[in-house]
Amino acid sequence: MGGGSARSSARSSVRASVRSSVRLYGAVAAGGFRRYATYRAATAAGVFTNTVFGLILVYTYLALWNERPDLGGYGQAQAVTYVWLGQALYATLAIQGGGFEIELMERIRTGAVAIDLYRPADLQGWWLAQDLGRSVFQLLGRGVIPFLFGVTLFPVALPDDPLTWAAFLTTVLLAMVVSYAIRYLVALSAFWLMDGTGAMQMLMIVGMLCSGMVLPLNVFPGAFGEVVRMLPWAALLQGPADVLMGETSALRVFALQGAWAVTLLVAGRLLQSAATRRVVVQGG
Amino acid sequence: MAEAGGRVGGRTGEGPGEGAGGRSGRRSGLAQGMRAYGLIAGMWIRSTMVYRTSFVLTTIGGVVVTGLDFVGIALMFSHVDVLAGHALAEVAFLYGLSIVSFGIADLTLGSMDRLGRRVRDGTLDTLLVRPVPVLAQVAADRFALRRVGRLLQGLLVLGWAVASLDIVWTAPKLLLMPVTVVSGAAIFCAVFVGGAAFQFVAQDASEVQNAFTYGGQTMLQYPPVVFAQELVRGMTFVLPLAFVNWVPASYVLGRPYPLDLPQWAAFMAPPVAAVCCVLAGLAWRAGLRSYRSTGS
Repeated sequence: MGGGSARSSARSSVRASVRSSVRLYGAVAAGGFRRYATYRAATAAGVFTNTVFGLILVYTYLALWNERPDLGGYGQAQAVTYVWLGQALYATLAIQGGGFEIELMERIRTGAVAIDLYRPADLQGWWLAQDLGRSVFQLLGRGVIPFLFGVTLFPVALPDDPLTWAAFLTTVLLAMVVSYAIRYLVALSAFWLMDGTGAMQMLMIVGMLCSGMVLPLNVFPGAFGEVVRMLPWAALLQGPADVLMGETSALRVFALQGAWAVTLLVAGRLLQSAATRRVVVQGG
Repeated sequence: MAEAGGRVGGRTGEGPGEGAGGRSGRRSGLAQGMRAYGLIAGMWIRSTMVYRTSFVLTTIGGVVVTGLDFVGIALMFSHVDVLAGHALAEVAFLYGLSIVSFGIADLTLGSMDRLGRRVRDGTLDTLLVRPVPVLAQVAADRFALRRVGRLLQGLLVLGWAVASLDIVWTAPKLLLMPVTVVSGAAIFCAVFVGGAAFQFVAQDASEVQNAFTYGGQTMLQYPPVVFAQELVRGMTFVLPLAFVNWVPASYVLGRPYPLDLPQWAAFMAPPVAAVCCVLAGLAWRAGLRSYRSTGS
């Protein structure tokens, strides 16, 4: 009897702690959303810039697909769709950086991260929630309009099936987690490097090329292409694009994204414990 | 508070630099600005060198990150021999000219997109009370030597393109090359200054500038025939980036001109650049005059 009541009280305390952490991280995510939603002029500027870049890219892609129809298994309409999808997801997935990592690196450099580590919230979870809030805002506030602009003005290949759209939105959500996990690793490098500018630039380079912002990954030739299509960055843009356009099965993309999300989050966790154990936080 | 802000704004109308230059004419005002620019830039270079690993990484990164555009172009040409009738070397020629001009402007004035932040947090006030032209201070603010990487990478591609193209070099063509690079850099500088002037009004919307700087530079990497004619017209008559490389390169490569412009248009880059710089200067002055401090 006594054991049963202890078990049930343990269960209810677990439930209470789950509920409180859902509330905590939910509030942090909502804060991340609202924080970016505050800067309306910046959002409008981003919409404009993404639309201009989309226009430029579309014409270069059209010239390329004019020479080689069916390049990489895409028709012209699919290549155009890919361009506008890339512009919609560019800020959402912080493909060139530009999310929480700048702030976290600055906190590591100044030593303010010591305070974060004392908080009754997990460092990785806190920033994940914050960054997901940012991503969702960037998708709605900054991604949708350039996409609609492109879809209206150019011939595109979009599915009618709502299930495909649901699968696509799931891949976008998973892509947000993978993107976060990559940038968390980069941010933690500041514990050793102090000035994160170099690491950020590397992130920018690799992100640009390997996510397929320059050219779709299925156009990358030979063994190079094979390797790039397996990297975590392939989970960001190419995966969701292929699911949306029915180029591949959704399950295959879910598996790639899930595997990378878990691997990178665990790596981030290990790096975090190494950093907090061995590195002396800057004081002052 | 508003009145105090107004007074600060009014005082800048005179311009600290011009006030000092008034004693010995405009020339010394310019010289003072250049000197101040050099001093501030030198300070930032020394400051960067404290984090030497990061500097090396970012400089190499700069070469690679801008090189990525070219990797993209090379990947395209791994599937095709010509893009809109242009071979890889011809696209590389356009690319190199665009990057070199942009690289010079970006190295000297690339920090100006930070102005929006200074307006927002009120730190621009500090620059207004110093006896140095504000433009020089803003331009040299956080001067980033690592940006030289972009310039080097552009020069490499341009060199390769010139070596692999069979250009019949005549005196006008030889003369046109340095003139084009300098005029192109001046046009991009004008875009940077104009963009900074816009930030006095736009503040948070500083990213709009990227559409014209980075966007324009990306567009110039491809032959004009790739794009819709309305876009090319806008790039020629509204924001005359076409004179950075499209028009002069058409002359050097012996290609048809965009929009059927007359042959002499290739030599119009210097006057176009001069007009751009004057307009950008006027815009900067108007922007600075309209500045009202946040007062905090």
